[in-house]
This record gives sequence, C-alpha cells and structure tokens, in this order.
Amino acid sequence: MAELTYRAAVAEGIAREMRRDPTVVCLGEDIGAAEGVFKTTVGLFEEFGPQRVWDTPISEQAIVGAAMGAAMTGIRPVAEIMFSDFLACCWDYLANEIPKVRYMTGGQVTVPLVIRTANGGGLGFGAQHSQAVENWAFAVPGLKVVAPSTPADVVGLMASAIRSDDPVVLFEHKALLASTGPAPPPDHVVPLGEAATVRDGGDITLVALASTVPTALAAADVLAAEDEIEAEVIDLRCLVPLDMTAVLHSVGRTSRLIIVEENPFQGGWGGTIASIVADEGFELLDAPIRRVAGENVPLPFADILEKHVLPSTERVVAAARALVGY
Amino acid sequence: MNADELLAAYEQMALIRRTEKAAQDLFLAGLVKGTTHLAAGQEAVAVGAHLALRPDDYVFATYRGHHHAIARGATPEECLAELMSRATGLCQAKGGSMHLTKAQNGMLGSYAIVGSHLPMACGAAWSAKLRGTDQVAVAFFGDGATNIGAFHEAMNLAAVWQLAVIFVCENNLYMEYTPIGTVTSVANPAADRAPANNIPAEVIDGNDVEVVRDAVARAVERARGGKGPTVIEAQTYRHYGHSRTDPAKYRPAEEVERWLEHDPLDIARARLEALDVAPDAVAEADARAAKIVTDAVEAAKAAPEPALATAMTDVWADGGAAWRS
Repeated sequence: MAELTYRAAVAEGIAREMRRDPTVVCLGEDIGAAEGVFKTTVGLFEEFGPQRVWDTPISEQAIVGAAMGAAMTGIRPVAEIMFSDFLACCWDYLANEIPKVRYMTGGQVTVPLVIRTANGGGLGFGAQHSQAVENWAFAVPGLKVVAPSTPADVVGLMASAIRSDDPVVLFEHKALLASTGPAPPPDHVVPLGEAATVRDGGDITLVALASTVPTALAAADVLAAEDEIEAEVIDLRCLVPLDMTAVLHSVGRTSRLIIVEENPFQGGWGGTIASIVADEGFELLDAPIRRVAGENVPLPFADILEKHVLPSTERVVAAARALVGY
Repeated sequence: MNADELLAAYEQMALIRRTEKAAQDLFLAGLVKGTTHLAAGQEAVAVGAHLALRPDDYVFATYRGHHHAIARGATPEECLAELMSRATGLCQAKGGSMHLTKAQNGMLGSYAIVGSHLPMACGAAWSAKLRGTDQVAVAFFGDGATNIGAFHEAMNLAAVWQLAVIFVCENNLYMEYTPIGTVTSVANPAADRAPANNIPAEVIDGNDVEVVRDAVARAVERARGGKGPTVIEAQTYRHYGHSRTDPAKYRPAEEVERWLEHDPLDIARARLEALDVAPDAVAEADARAAKIVTDAVEAAKAAPEPALATAMTDVWADGGAAWRS
C-alpha cells in the first residue's frame, strides 16, 4: 500500500473536500503560493487558485472572525492558525463567539468551520511555539476538538471536520508531520467521536491522543518485551465528542488505566477522563488511575529539557509497572 | 426623502424609542434581569442605514443593539420577551438584551465583546464575494470599539481584500463612562483611522435619518460596485447611561441639553412639518408605535417562561448538546 506523510495528508484531506464541495475555502498566513510554513497546504494554491486559497495578513482575529462570518453565510472556511500558541491572539473567537453564537441566538445560525493549527512540542521551538494546547479548546463548550495521530486519520478526520455543521478545532501535531503511514482509500471518512483501539491487550489501558499515541505504543512494546505486560492502546482521535464508551469498555477488560497527554497536567484533558472513570467505572478498577502528562512549566528550549518535561515512553512504562504491581 | 418615506422612517424611530422606554420601565419594575444598554437617541443610525440596504444584506451589531434588531424587522414583542426571559423571545430567552439576532432578516447578531463583530462582517462580505453575489455587510459599533485590535485588523483586511463591508461607528462621545476623546489619539475615532487603511470615510450627523440613509447609500453603491469598504462615523448621543445602572452623571448638563435639542425624532418631525405633513398624520404614527409597544409589553408579560429542557439544546447544529458517549 502506498505510504503518505502526515504532512502531505493534511493537504490531501483538504484537497479532497475542496474537490467535493465548492464552498470549502482556505485562509491563513503563508498558505497560498508559499504552501504553508509547515508545508501542510502544498498543492492547494496550484490546484484551486487564489479564489479558494487566501493568504491573509498576520491578523489572527481577522482570520478567525472572517471565517466565522463566512461560515454563517454559506461558506465552509478552513482557517489556519500557524502555531496553536497563536490561538491566544484570537481566543475571543474560540471562547466567546464561535462556540456560543448558535446557542445564544436560540439556534438561528450555524457555524460550519474548521480551525486547523500546528500543535505541540518536540521540535525545540521554545516556550511560545511548542505548547500542546488542546486542553484550551477542550475547556470551551461548543467546540469540537480533533487531534489525529496517523496520516490516514488526518485525511478521514479532516473530511468529517469540514463536513461538520459545527465548529471544529483540528490540532495537527508538529512532531508527527514527518511520520508516515498507509495512504487512505478514496472517500475515507473517520466519524468524529470514535476512538480507535490501536493495540489490543488485557493488562492495562493506555489512553492517548496525537503525539502520545506513538509514545504509548512504544511503551506497550517495552512492557510486552520486558515485563510480559500486554497494554491496550486507545487513540481517542477526538476530545469532543469524547468516546468514553471505548475507554470504559477497555478499562472493563484491563481494570487499569493510564492517560497519556501532552498538555500540562494542570487542567489537562486527562483529568476529565479520570473523573468519569472514577465515577462511572470505579468498580472496574484494580488500581488508581494514573496520568502521564506534560509538566506544569512553560516548554523549555534545550532538547534534553523539553524531553524531560513531556510525556515519554520511560514515564509511561514506569507508571504501568507501578499499576500492574499495585 | 419624500413625505411618505420620512413619515415611515419617523414611525420606525418612534417604535424604537418607545421600546427602549418600555425596556427601561420593565427593568425598574423588576421584570428584566441582568443589564440593558439602551439606544434611545441613536435611532436614526439604525433606521437610516436600514433604508439604504436590501433585505439580503447582512447586519452585525453590538450589545447596544435593540435599535438594529427592530430596524431589521424584529418586533418589539420579540425583543421585549427576550429581555423578560420569555419562551417567545427573539432568541428563546437564551441570548438576552445583548445578543438580539434576527438571522432570517440578515441581522446576524449582537455581540458583547467590543469590536469582535467587525471581522465577522468582513467574513460575510468575503462570503458574498466568494459566492458571486453583490450583498453587502454592515458592522455597527461604538466609538469605544475603535481602540481595540479587531477594529484595526478588520479595516486592513477589508481594504486588502476589497470587501463590500461598511463600518458604521455610532460615536456617542463616551466609551462607557469615559469621554472617547480622552483615550483616543485622533479627533474622529473611526473616520480618522480610515485613511491609514486606504479606506474612504465621512463624518456625518447621525441624528438625521436622511443624512444617514444618504451616506450609507453612497457606501452601498461603492461596495456593490466592487470598490471596497467605507467608514462612516455617525455622531450621535445616547439618552440613557451606558447601561441600566449608570445615571451618566459624568456628562455635563449643557452637553446633554444640547444633544437633547438635536433629537432624531424632533429633527424628523420638523422636516415633516416643512413637507406639509399634517400634524394628525404624525400623531397617528406616534399612536401606532405606542400601541404596538403597549401590546408587546402585555404579550411578553403573558408569555410562558422557557422550558428547562431548552437549556440543553442548540449547542450543536443537530439541536443537541452531547459532548461524550
């Protein structure tokens, strides 16, 4: 089967929807002739031209605000915010405008837009270009939150995100852009809110998202090879809608749960999952729930420091050993 | 405007004025909760602009937006019921005074984060361009919005993309409690910023409904002709304070008096007289407006409260609020 990079999958996923639906239009900084600073929009400007792919000024509020106005009036905009850190520059739109306007107008309008953004650490960009901020979006009722881990999922979830009549924030992980995987078939669509069990195992459940999926899979390999512990790895793929059915079902079989999340422990999405499992799955558990998350510090610059504060295979392995021995 | 047009405009302004008075009275009677930002005194901006627009054009307003909702076809009953938290409210009592919206009439919302809707109006105009229509989008905003980033980002984007958007500043001289001149680097907070973005601008008497209609019509003609955005700074004055708890004691008495003598309804009434419209015809317009508002208050009072289940509807396009399985 043909291989595709995660980076190319972003452009492929957008292009498929732009071919299918003429109301899909892209806007963002450097996304046109320059084809994106992360090369995630390669080929779009050439294929669809300046009427479908719009370069913007460095004006995050104008980008997302204009996307909102267009979405309310018959367009399906795909807006790029270059680094997810920059979402803070237009947070009013993600926190106050886009997720609320349907509700506060009594359902008079819909906002079918996608905000795509490069998220997360591992590339040594320092404190203002490396954060994993999916928990920011997760804190806002009214946003759907998507974070794929494989090229095929990028394409399939992009299709669902663009076709969704609700606003979707789609986090593309910077550390995964160069990774490769099988190219998806035509018309590949992954529904929002369906987690994937990417490794079967009966001893412990590892819940992961985006960058922490490969981290959890690597940890599972170590646990199998060195400890005869079989870990089940669940790739959530979306935070909203959140597939708690998949998580609770897995915990029902393994009775142990580790949540592996890149965003900071403080306010990270894993806290919500832990609280639901503690509430609704208490009797399934044979050990405490453990969260392996980013440290509560700004992301440091030096590689060894950055690696030290992000979730690692070693930290997941150590946590799993502790829980299995509990 | 001929006599009939002006009389109709006068009646619309009278309807807004009486609705705002009713909102204030209902607040004092404890029937409206939260807060209100009344637009009495600024009626000519909404009514005049509306007369220059088509039904398929787009309008975005602020938390001081009752006049724009009514000018765009929302009824006083829908508006007052919303303020009174009734199921029959314009937004099913989920928005309140600050978020009046009549989307089916192109009135795409009232936004309570200052300046946030200017980029949205750009987006609606961009959408019209993408869809190949000649619709225009109008953003109404206060003088206070001219010092926030979204205002400047929107002006630049509108100019660069040559969008059919009209920025109408309702300069009522005060950003909340502070004179706008004391916190702004230029004399005309909106119009003086336009040249820096290569956008034409004019400063007008926002209390003269005809002047407003004509200025917006000129901007609409430019916009539909593909000539891009326009800034209109309409000088006006609010009769009440910033919000319902504000007695507006920071405004000098002689300033208030001067503006009350330059009232939009008085200006229109004097012109109707000059056009030989019979005083009875004006009195009948006032009476019709009064009856509509009186009936609206009674209907809103009699309307039911919203069903509790509606608190959990319309987060998503499917009508629901489910976030997990």
